[in-house]
Amino acid sequence: MIEAILSMGGLALVSGLGLGYAAIKFHVEGNPLVESLTAALPASNCGNCGYPGCHAYAEALAGEEKISIGLCTPGGVPTMESIASLLGVEPVAMEAHGPRVAFIHEEKCIGCTACIKACPVEAIIGANKQSHTVVAEMCTDCAACVEPCPVDCIEMVPVTTSIYTWQWNKPDGSGTIH
Amino acid sequence: MGIMISALRRFHGGVHPKEYKELSRHCAIEGIPLPERLYVPFHQHIGAPCDPCVAPGEKVLKGQMIGRAGGYVSAPIHAPTSGTIEAIVEHVAGHPSGLTMLCAVLVPDGNDQWHPDLKGLVDPLDLEPQEIRDKIRDAGIVGLGGATFPSHVKLTPSKTRPVEVLLINGAECEPYLTCDARLMEERFAEITDGIRYMLHALQTTQCVVCIEDNKPGAIQAMTKAAKETRNIQVLALPVMYPQGAEKQLIEVVTGRQVPSGGLPGDIGVIVHNVGTALAVREAIRFGRPLTHRVVTVTGQGIARPANLEVPIGTPVQTLIDRCGGLKSGVKKVVMGGPMMGLALNDLQVPVVKGTSGILALMANETVQKPEGPCIRCGNCVRVCPLKLTPCEMAWRARHDLLDQLGDVHLQDCCECGTCAYVCPSNIPLVHYFRYGKFALAAQKREKEKTALTKSRSAAKEARVAAEKAEKERKKEEMRLAMEAKKKAAAAAPAPAGENQATTPPEEHAPAAARPGGSVAPRVAREKNTP
Repeated sequence: MIEAILSMGGLALVSGLGLGYAAIKFHVEGNPLVESLTAALPASNCGNCGYPGCHAYAEALAGEEKISIGLCTPGGVPTMESIASLLGVEPVAMEAHGPRVAFIHEEKCIGCTACIKACPVEAIIGANKQSHTVVAEMCTDCAACVEPCPVDCIEMVPVTTSIYTWQWNKPDGSGTIH
Repeated sequence: MGIMISALRRFHGGVHPKEYKELSRHCAIEGIPLPERLYVPFHQHIGAPCDPCVAPGEKVLKGQMIGRAGGYVSAPIHAPTSGTIEAIVEHVAGHPSGLTMLCAVLVPDGNDQWHPDLKGLVDPLDLEPQEIRDKIRDAGIVGLGGATFPSHVKLTPSKTRPVEVLLINGAECEPYLTCDARLMEERFAEITDGIRYMLHALQTTQCVVCIEDNKPGAIQAMTKAAKETRNIQVLALPVMYPQGAEKQLIEVVTGRQVPSGGLPGDIGVIVHNVGTALAVREAIRFGRPLTHRVVTVTGQGIARPANLEVPIGTPVQTLIDRCGGLKSGVKKVVMGGPMMGLALNDLQVPVVKGTSGILALMANETVQKPEGPCIRCGNCVRVCPLKLTPCEMAWRARHDLLDQLGDVHLQDCCECGTCAYVCPSNIPLVHYFRYGKFALAAQKREKEKTALTKSRSAAKEARVAAEKAEKERKKEEMRLAMEAKKKAAAAAPAPAGENQATTPPEEHAPAAARPGGSVAPRVAREKNTP
């Protein structure tokens, strides 16, 4: 009995150590480019780009095959530009629109929950046969909810600037500082 | 006892802009007839905005709360006079964006009748400091020097560091403005009364009233008033801009420096404006909330400069009309002081709690030259009261080097405008700083949003996966239950002892994988019991 325990325990210990060592020694670094590309994407995994999630799109971008850098619609032009600078390629033309949020016309909503299921960040609240609404602060502008709505009551509306989101512009700088 | 006080110290840099105080220095504070409409914004302070607590059409009395404070760092808004709330609408506000803010439109009924429930405190100095603070909080008092930080927060001493000295800021270092000077000259007794309550709230005994020596009338009046009250000392300071800025005033009077990112309370000092002291007195003695303030209407472009005591929410246009209107050739109307104030593009902007002045400036009073290149003269560095490097900060902001703005301590900048004032190339330095600060804030917001998106998307994925697993498990359970039933039916004639028939099929699925236990077998059990 004792021998069996010792031998099996010994075996487990040796192979465990071996595996642990191998994990450190032969550790494969993730592609740092993929990491930074993922960080540049909105992280909502909405699938608008045609890839299953932001990470997959980042991998595809970093891969051999040339694919468009302008596929991320929620990220829009700023995201496309940061991808361009990370990959060292020219920015591409993209339908430019400011940030938007989904808006549900509540008088038309029939409470079918289809949009709730579609939203990748659960920014829509509501229940069966109850009018739904979008929590604007959480909406990522992916428009995944627009298509599934059977009564077309969801609209992507531009975010309006309030005094709480307004920003100072940069002085036009007719002179140069340095 | 207390801190060594002397006026011999000074802060780094500073400038002497032309004062122009003679325009309104001798104008005694006067009231105005009630305007036709008041536009009272629901956000007049630093901190959370207020929630309206009146409905359109409702009649309100003077001093009645119309906006409830939105948090601890917030201050309620009160009706400045009695009348009817005509509407609650978006109205242009004194904000650099020129955008609107939620305002209550109040049509005065002309009676100016105080709310009957407003009562002062009896023997306030015998009460707990917290009761004083509560009264000040309920009166909606904020820093009236212009920063509009809720006063009850600043009157709460930290648990770790007792307050050693209260500084009352009567420096009024901005050119043109004379409202604080007039208050001190005319209402010295009331101010010292307010100071007593502030000292009690802070549980400290030393108070220094700091006045720049270009206000001899105020110094004389306050000295006389202070003689009758123990613990209050009046200190005349040599003129220097920006001496009235909190950090500079503390350095000049106590020799201590507020650490970067810290608060004056961290070094045992609290600063309040003279106007705030007066508002505190009104709140404690009579229970009257902050509904009025004194505004200096001046500048070479105004026909008759004056110091007006006006209801909050009065449109700027009304004040200008009261002072004889604008002269022709006015280049700019500024809200606040000329160094830190805000140029207005709409005169329907209402006076708010933080409005200290309305200036109508002619061409000779403003700079309208184009921005030139930086010649690296170093003047901005020499005059910066916080020992920052404005040229470096602006360069980084200009090139969007947001990560490097922290290295040059952009967040420490108080936007006093001293650097831009001396810049021979007219570089709008403060504009660059504000751009940089807002860009940093936007970047932070963006990061937070991304983190939120990430966590929510992960949560959704986890939930969907869990739901799917639960469905699978239920299916499996049903199948097993069916099988067991079949088996039991088949073995029914045989004698009992078949384990499977009586044991619920729990053993087939790991119990640990489903917290809360399985529902289906329990339901089955419940049904089986007679």
